[in-house]
Amino acid sequence: MTGRSTSLKIKELKADIGLIKDLEITVGKIVEEWEERMGPTPFPSIKDLRNWDYKLLQRYKPLYMPFCDLCCLCTMGKCDLTGDKRGACGLDIRGQQSRIVLLACCIGAATHTGHARHLVEHLIEKYGRDWPIDVGGLSVEVEAPVTRLVCGIRPKKLGDFEDVLDYLEEQIVHLLSATHTGQEGNSMDFESKVFHAGMIDQVGMEVADIAQIASYGFPKADPDAPLTDIGFGVVDTSKPVIMVIGHNVPPAVDIVDYLNDHGLFGDVEICGLCCTAIDITRYNPKTKIVGPISWQLRAIRSGIADVIVVDEQCIRTNILIEAKKVGAPVIAASEKNCLGLQDRTLDKAEEVVADLVEGKTPGALILDSEKVGEVAVETVLKVAPKRKKFKVIPEVDELVKLSKTCTKCNDCRRACPNDLPIPDAISKAANGNLTSLMDLYEDCIGCARCESACPKDLPLHSFIIKASEKRLKEEKYKIRTGRGAIQDIEIREVGAPIVFGEIPGVVAFVGCANYPHGGNEVMEMAEEFAKRRYIVTATGCAAMSMATHKNGEGKTIYEEHHGAFDAGGVLNVGSCVSNPHIAGAAIKIASIFARRNLRGNYEEIADYIHNRVGAVGVAWGAMSQKAASIASGFWRLGIPVIVGPHGSKYRRMLLGRKDRKEDWYVYDARTGDRVYVGPSPEHLFYAAETKEEAMVWIAKLCMRPNDTTKGRAIKLTHYIDLHKRLYGKMPDDIHLFVRTEADIPITMKDEIKTILKEKDWKPSKIPDPTLLPRLIRAKEA
Amino acid sequence: MATAESWQTAEVPGPKKALIISKPEVVVAMVKRARRPVLIVGHKAVEVEMEGEKLIDYTIKIASSMRISVVATAHTIKGFLERGFEKAFCMPIVDITNRLQDIDWKGLDGKGQYDLVLIVGIPYYMDWLVLSSLKHFSKLKTISLERFYQPNATWSFPNISVEEWIKSLNKIVSGLEAK
Repeated sequence: MTGRSTSLKIKELKADIGLIKDLEITVGKIVEEWEERMGPTPFPSIKDLRNWDYKLLQRYKPLYMPFCDLCCLCTMGKCDLTGDKRGACGLDIRGQQSRIVLLACCIGAATHTGHARHLVEHLIEKYGRDWPIDVGGLSVEVEAPVTRLVCGIRPKKLGDFEDVLDYLEEQIVHLLSATHTGQEGNSMDFESKVFHAGMIDQVGMEVADIAQIASYGFPKADPDAPLTDIGFGVVDTSKPVIMVIGHNVPPAVDIVDYLNDHGLFGDVEICGLCCTAIDITRYNPKTKIVGPISWQLRAIRSGIADVIVVDEQCIRTNILIEAKKVGAPVIAASEKNCLGLQDRTLDKAEEVVADLVEGKTPGALILDSEKVGEVAVETVLKVAPKRKKFKVIPEVDELVKLSKTCTKCNDCRRACPNDLPIPDAISKAANGNLTSLMDLYEDCIGCARCESACPKDLPLHSFIIKASEKRLKEEKYKIRTGRGAIQDIEIREVGAPIVFGEIPGVVAFVGCANYPHGGNEVMEMAEEFAKRRYIVTATGCAAMSMATHKNGEGKTIYEEHHGAFDAGGVLNVGSCVSNPHIAGAAIKIASIFARRNLRGNYEEIADYIHNRVGAVGVAWGAMSQKAASIASGFWRLGIPVIVGPHGSKYRRMLLGRKDRKEDWYVYDARTGDRVYVGPSPEHLFYAAETKEEAMVWIAKLCMRPNDTTKGRAIKLTHYIDLHKRLYGKMPDDIHLFVRTEADIPITMKDEIKTILKEKDWKPSKIPDPTLLPRLIRAKEA
Repeated sequence: MATAESWQTAEVPGPKKALIISKPEVVVAMVKRARRPVLIVGHKAVEVEMEGEKLIDYTIKIASSMRISVVATAHTIKGFLERGFEKAFCMPIVDITNRLQDIDWKGLDGKGQYDLVLIVGIPYYMDWLVLSSLKHFSKLKTISLERFYQPNATWSFPNISVEEWIKSLNKIVSGLEAK
């Protein structure tokens, strides 16, 4: 452990020189050794893992899909970068695209790291630097696998994270500086830095989640974390309602604490959207989740919230305008999101409450979470009786009347990210038929771009909500609260079946709710793979979307499946910042099952994961820069990520070429021989067009060179079965994944053997695979 | 309604924009002149209804009227097979986009790289990006057969009505069938 310092706090000291109060002495740093030897890259700089990045990038070359042909980042521009043109600084279109990807990942990494810094500082202030890191008691000895891997330290106390955060912030500054005009110009080096940003992001998220798990007593690696309510219909609107939105949970925690301290908990409803909602249910499962990020507008306009408390990230930036329409005061609780409101942090709580209740101000900026707790509760108790759940969703007769004014200009449809046939639905609504409007509900991502585009200012999103009102009220589901880390014991039990391929894969559904056809698709994919005995993990909005549909027996996926990290499990790991527990599980397989050293040993562990751990990330509704950096954290570990069609707007894929045999050789660590292992996994980052395609590719991307023959046969069975069902035919690349006849699924023996004969297939060796020559044991001998 | 603006309003293109296909005969002439054309068909082809037929039926007519490689992206291949069309290759849209930029690629049939790409049935924004990629990183000519203007293609229909679209596709089919 490196500690930032040894600190001594003395509340009161009587000495010869007088009375000294609140004395705090800080001395140097401690570096604690532990039995694990330090690896080659503790606290790596932005170039220390470049060789590893290049190994990946040579196999998975970037495919650029420019989203903009110009660069407008300096005053020499705008520069036209079309084709082989270069800008005034010399940069070409590949460099520009990779630069934008790096910028996005820096924004994502900075957001999570800033979030972590805020949390750690807040929690140190509340609990002290020596507050122990405990994320799972005796079940979790490797408490911070990503931090150990990247930084080479073993955090034990909250204060240990301060050095880690210093390092992360320094790296983000260097990465961001590389995007300045006249710095990096080579697209591959930009891509290496993208990977670095992703790795930094993973550490930042891990710090944030560990800090809140340890301090707030969230479920600690608990497969049986309690079920909680989710859905629009679960909110008890007969009570005053506080709605929390964002990602940084302290204000929401202090609202719950204030209610408990004053015996009011059952009297006020606490609900939320996005990751703050996930995290507040980890703190108290009697709070409720309304839904993912995209449900903000429908929740606000429906008038259910009497007070809205926002912290940071993914909050609608016009939330104050929307809240004003329904007369709900807004409390902004993060300095990153001040909303133009007056800073009332130092004002007396009762004065702020009075101003909010009387409507003298639409909101207040309060940068003290305890005061947020008090103001939110005292305000909601007084505002709720006045508001009477006032909403701005039009009544049917008004909707019909307004629909008649539509000029059928198509601007709404042309603004809609999903090209929804809004004009047709409005046309029918004008005749009193709301069914087509209701049909839009599932596919609507709630952005309201249709309204902004409408020359008649029709509240089109509200129309969709009105038409779907009955359905909204019936949305009552169960979600398992975020369990946090994966236990070491769970890793011991599944390490072998995962590495040998007998558990066919780990599928992580992560990211935002920018879906092409609604959240239902995420649930369908998760259900398919859970039934096939894959391990299904989820975080954030994806975890919520998976909950908001029921099976034929009226159960959600979390009620139907167990929550253990084992075959057939469906695990809600937690919020966005819980993603590193999924990466951490892969890392812990290398550490706990394979006994590889983690400490500062990134390249070796990534090589292990890439060649052995059949894990795939799926960010079906990826929208944000955070989602980009989360994905890039997985790429550097060699874990492939599939995004939905909107993910193509990240403008760069990382694609392998299965037709280039020379790209798919590894070293056999036993002999040093170069061995062809087939395209496993074929891509590192890839946008699928449809959920059917994604499902086939999830199965395919779980194959790894290390699979045993039994494991490969199981994986091939799933790949072929899904391909036949969804594509209507046998895959045409089976011969690339069969290494020996023992790999062939027994039930398909004859069919596959015929194909292999046609393809002139020859058996190949199953190596102890590595991309790193230094790991060849024969060489050492 | 025939306008040469991006269908999704904010998908503003760069300086190099697609030429408008004012007459379907232009497409016929370009396809006939091509040495190695390829037709990419996305999943929307099995969803889009066109006067009792689906868009995929038109692509089959096009493919049947000439020698052209067909790539079915996503799960579109199932639609082809259900219609008894077995000549289509199956490949993700990002993969075929990637291959088309490699001048050394031998093509789906091993006979060499293509010189003309026809594309239809891909979600608008994805098509926009795929065509952008080909515009920047290949020398290929690209023709969008989508109903809405794709500025990053070499040639594209403007934003047209379903009726005009059907008419144009029928003319392309009959033009290709004529020897």
